[in-house]
Amino acid sequence: MKARVTVTLKSGILDPQGKAIEGALKSLGVKGVASVRQGKVFDIEIEGGDRAAAETALKNAAEKLLANTVIENYRVEVTG
Amino acid sequence: MKSAVIVFPGINRERDMARAIKLISGREPAMVWHADTALPAGTDLVVIPGGFSYGDYLRCGAIAARAPIMDAVRAFAANRGLVLAVCNGFQIACEAGLLPGVLMRNAQLRFICHDVHLRVERSDTAFTRGYNAGQVIRIPVAHGEGNYIADGETIARLEGEGRVIFRYSSPDGIIDPNWNHNGAMNAIAGIINERGNVLGLMPHPENHVEAAMGRTDGRGLFAGLVDHFKLAA
Repeated sequence: MKARVTVTLKSGILDPQGKAIEGALKSLGVKGVASVRQGKVFDIEIEGGDRAAAETALKNAAEKLLANTVIENYRVEVTG
Repeated sequence: MKSAVIVFPGINRERDMARAIKLISGREPAMVWHADTALPAGTDLVVIPGGFSYGDYLRCGAIAARAPIMDAVRAFAANRGLVLAVCNGFQIACEAGLLPGVLMRNAQLRFICHDVHLRVERSDTAFTRGYNAGQVIRIPVAHGEGNYIADGETIARLEGEGRVIFRYSSPDGIIDPNWNHNGAMNAIAGIINERGNVLGLMPHPENHVEAAMGRTDGRGLFAGLVDHFKLAA
């Protein structure tokens, strides 16, 4: 099964990299960009076909390593 | 003082640290590999040195913080053993839950590598007895992610409990945004844990310990630790 874990900065946490990207987009003349926040995407292959077990494993992975929950939120999706 | 320096893949300051410890304590530290599961018997001080463990992949210090040896380091700290965590070591200590907060990308988005001035906030800790409170020392920094942040409650606790030990300052000890090189909250350069036995700091005291380095301001930290163990013995 394929799965995706998305890690994003919590609101209120300053994101200097996102700000720099936002500035670069504006200087390129890309219209309509209000703000940019940078995050991370992990594409993960899961063994076996048990969806619920996969979600549990992915949450475990996110809590233990993929996200630092002091500053980051995460979202888990089993995409099939 | 029996020291152990933890070595992770990608660390590059372990030899500077070992050299400084040998120079000041007179005793060669044990170099302990990350995959080991125990510290040498009778260890007084554990040092997590600087560098780029695991190439800073995922988040600085994130992977090293989950290495096998870190369970032993956590148990050592829980048992009131002294832990000195410098630069990447500070990032690893935060990721490992030994210290609160996170070290984020420097506010200016640049890697900074130069001397900074630090105001020593307290002299009554195991790590700072070699200094006077309010003293300003000059030692180098070399980091891209040293911008300390924590939630408001944690910052209030750190300040309220006097756990901010080093702050970026002017040469005269003035705390000012112009001297806060990486944008850290409250100009925080170094903090201790609740029990005062774990110190994390971004600058490198081990790099200003002999005349050939230009300055010796970092000696006080190691000399203070040696004194601490002499007095405890």
